[in-house]
Amino acid sequence: MQIYLPIAEVSVNAFLLLGLGGLVGVLSGMFGVGGGFLMTPLLFFIGIPPAVAVATEANQIVASSFSGVLAHFKRKTVDLRMGTVLLIGGLIGAGLGVYVFNILKAMGQVDLLVKLCYVLFLGIIGGLMFFESLNAIRNTKKGKPPPRKKHNWIHGLPFKMRFRTSGLYISVIPPVLVGISVGVLAAIMGVGGGFIMVPAMIYLLGMPTKVVVGTSLFQIIFVTAFTTMLHATTNYTVDVMLAVLLLVGGVIGAQVGTRIGVKMKAEQLRILLAIMVLAVCGKLALDLLLQPAELYSLGAAGH
Amino acid sequence: MRFLALIAFWIFTATALLAEDVVLGMSSDQVSINTNFDGSEILIFGAIKREEPIPSGKPIEVIVTVSGPSEPVTVRRKEKKLGIWVNTDAVEVDEAPSFYAIATSTLLGLSLRDTEDLRHRISIPRAIRSVGAPMNIENAAAFTEALIRIKKATDQYQLVEGAVKVDEQTLFRTAVQLPAALTEGNYKTRIFLTRDGEVISNHETSIYVRKVGLERWLYRLSRDNALLYGLMSLAIAIAAGWGASAVFSIFRR
Repeated sequence: MQIYLPIAEVSVNAFLLLGLGGLVGVLSGMFGVGGGFLMTPLLFFIGIPPAVAVATEANQIVASSFSGVLAHFKRKTVDLRMGTVLLIGGLIGAGLGVYVFNILKAMGQVDLLVKLCYVLFLGIIGGLMFFESLNAIRNTKKGKPPPRKKHNWIHGLPFKMRFRTSGLYISVIPPVLVGISVGVLAAIMGVGGGFIMVPAMIYLLGMPTKVVVGTSLFQIIFVTAFTTMLHATTNYTVDVMLAVLLLVGGVIGAQVGTRIGVKMKAEQLRILLAIMVLAVCGKLALDLLLQPAELYSLGAAGH
Repeated sequence: MRFLALIAFWIFTATALLAEDVVLGMSSDQVSINTNFDGSEILIFGAIKREEPIPSGKPIEVIVTVSGPSEPVTVRRKEKKLGIWVNTDAVEVDEAPSFYAIATSTLLGLSLRDTEDLRHRISIPRAIRSVGAPMNIENAAAFTEALIRIKKATDQYQLVEGAVKVDEQTLFRTAVQLPAALTEGNYKTRIFLTRDGEVISNHETSIYVRKVGLERWLYRLSRDNALLYGLMSLAIAIAAGWGASAVFSIFRR
């Protein structure tokens, strides 16, 4: 069934969109990532104009994250306090990110920067997570106890706060900084930033994996809602028809994903996310390295 | 009715000046884009009106063009720099129609002389206006060629030679396929009669392409009241998220 999208001004298959939404929704619920880093390239691929894809994707992430976070609330796996601290950083970061984005746009080459950002961050994060979780799985098989949490420099900072749900007593400075840097990257790369946030929470802040997913989703809702409003009022690129189709699939997928996620071991969850992140990274790297079939591309004038 | 009478009057007065003229019909002069719009086909047909017998010599040829609203387009070229492919040069094409279709009764080269093409801007390269590339770019023509190539690949530009059927040098008909990815606007439709490569008569009309119903309402809201539109999008997202969660928790029990 073909459907005409009023803002994107293209006609696409409705079931294809529902399917894509569902697939990305499952991943979103499982890993606590918004799924934007997967969905946005997929939307480009089926012929949605990039500006519309990025803006609409933000709107869809709001829905799937909200659906996911409700499931996590029931399990009490959301650290509201940590989420709020991260969110404050995230909104500051998103504001900064939009500013940086506009400067880069004026200089040209913003596409390239976005792609390089993706390859760099996805590569580093995916690689680190992959090897870490591989080691963790090996250790459990050998029967070794997991290494005790070490006290590092993070524990020496001031403004300490107790995060009961995460079982942490740390300074608010690192979470705020994580929030800011994720916010900046999210605005530049046009994603919720969950795939950066989740590893940062696990490895930098030392939060338990189960709490990380819910908390990340909680924070993503607000950052992407902010981005959606920004796109809708400045670029007029949010296609609500496209968003509805994606999010119907997405919210159902997110519910399924959350249930799968709860049944899986933390290490397995992390290694799967790592593999996925590395796969997307590899695809983007190839795009940059191999000669494209069409060297020319069209764009609206004035950019 | 008054409109038709006007056309009839115009045809009458015009034929006084021209030996051969077009009387045009169309299956529809309006294309409505609704939710399940998936492209459209427009039938363009008509007759050639004459006061005198058919002139001897070369037969009459018919060219039909349909062009969408024009807009400036930036064409970028990728080059390998430091091992990766990046956009380097860019050329701005001042005016390129969003859609352009030509249907002819024989090969375009046979039915139209270059000077006439230049005057009426009929062929695809002539329909695009590019004032000039920046001085530092060599081979600027490659950019316009690339624009045509990319647009042709998605059927946004079409050249269908031999698609106009002409009977007895008097009746003609053709069908123009409008793709699903269509933008709003007035689509200028032109019919040229040529003999021996010379344009002997032309006729111009418009096809109105409009979004209707929900499509129109959403599009207008997103432009006229962006804040409300944004809030509505968010409200739908939150409601859908909550709804799915509620439905699933019922299933769990």
